[in-house]
Amino acid sequence: MSDVKYSKEHEWIKLEGDVATIGITKHATEMLGDIVFAELPEKGSNVEKDGTAGVVESTKAASDVYTPVSGEVVDTNQEIVDDPSKINQDPENSAWFFKLKIKDKSEMDSLMNKDDYDKFAKENNT
Amino acid sequence: METKKTSLYQLHQDCNAKFVEFAGYQMPIQYSEGIVEEHKFTRNHSGIFDVSHMGQLFIYGGDELIKDLEKIFPLDLNNLKINHSKYSFLMDKDAGIQDDLIITKINEGFLIILNAACKDNDFKILKELLNEKYKMVLDENRSLIAIQGPKSSEILNDVIDGVKDLNFMSGNWFLFDNQKVYITRSGYTGEDGFEISIPNNFAEKLTRELINKGSKLAGLGARDTLRLEAGLCLYGHDLDKDKTPVEANLKWAISKERISKGDFIGSDIIIKQLNDGVSKIRVGIKPEGRIIAREKTKIFNQSDVHIGEITSGTFGPSVNGPVAMGYVENEFSKKNTKVFLEVRGKKYAANICSLPFYKKSYVKGVN
Repeated sequence: MSDVKYSKEHEWIKLEGDVATIGITKHATEMLGDIVFAELPEKGSNVEKDGTAGVVESTKAASDVYTPVSGEVVDTNQEIVDDPSKINQDPENSAWFFKLKIKDKSEMDSLMNKDDYDKFAKENNT
Repeated sequence: METKKTSLYQLHQDCNAKFVEFAGYQMPIQYSEGIVEEHKFTRNHSGIFDVSHMGQLFIYGGDELIKDLEKIFPLDLNNLKINHSKYSFLMDKDAGIQDDLIITKINEGFLIILNAACKDNDFKILKELLNEKYKMVLDENRSLIAIQGPKSSEILNDVIDGVKDLNFMSGNWFLFDNQKVYITRSGYTGEDGFEISIPNNFAEKLTRELINKGSKLAGLGARDTLRLEAGLCLYGHDLDKDKTPVEANLKWAISKERISKGDFIGSDIIIKQLNDGVSKIRVGIKPEGRIIAREKTKIFNQSDVHIGEITSGTFGPSVNGPVAMGYVENEFSKKNTKVFLEVRGKKYAANICSLPFYKKSYVKGVN
């Protein structure tokens, strides 16, 4: 699982070839509570590193989802739009948000590995 | 100012509550199971809410007090039976709502349940309006525990015998552990339920017994989704000083008898609005699809003209979709009128609908 990296905005990113799959972490879902709405970027659109690429809403509030790398959106997960509770159930696997054709693999370098992220999440438990 | 804690604070902590500051109190927004589960458990079984932050104002007096309170509240208090409750509001002279409340006639006078954020100001206003003629106690020594949902009657009756015989919007004194508790059959969830005024030192014991009998704690998050599905207003959001009871579509709560006399604070405006109509009015709003329109979301008509604003909006777990209420210009307030809600720069279709979103199951009369 060493190919999965994490952002400070609590997204995970898994790179396979030049396609990156992106979702939000289990820690993020625990902070958000029950997710009841998800909005994803449009297929074919281009997103920029650290830019907004979606929205999740809990019963309490809306939160932006950011993309940790730049690229073209090649696929989105309609299942989580139809049933957002799937994000709480399996956030780091089947409830991925979108796939990007990554523009610059070096953008992955600044992201955290699992141990660093777990430590970061523990320290930023708000 | 340091935030206050209710008598159940330790119990909330033991039950892994997430806390938020609300009206100067550390209150549980949810417990480990989360808002949706707590909401559904309340609808299907029984949920316990710590609402001890709310004001419990006892005003002691007899016939003269009734006359004086009728100058303030648009209610027929003279004909209200002992131990019966009414929903009402404290208005200013322009009929702006300063608080909404439940007032119960008790043997000793009246018990008024006030919103936490308003209670100190309400106390000051009422004291002045009543010219300090009566003994008034905003009781900090009592907690307020609500138990709501279809199984609540059975559960509470197991602990305090006789409560199941109370009618909706009525109450009485009962004994719990030799302590006098005042229980009303009422609530804020659209479900059958009770609110229990109990001395602070016994609140945790009672709550633990209710949990042992099968009820579960539910936080302010679930309370909000439940009340919104039930079409009930939240002060500071759906109601405030810039809105009158007529605009808030709460004219059912104003006594017809009192309107004909018109001798309460704000009555001039209320009577004028009842005769001439209002320019804006509170409505239910059902977004199409899953989009959630929250407070302050702008509402537009089909010609893209701004016609109002959302005052409460969330996802309704029992409705299994988004629900909202807000104020629109009167001509767009008819059921099934198509409107558009601006969320994150995009406009989404929605329909004006009747309230509640979720049908209530209050017990009207058991006797």
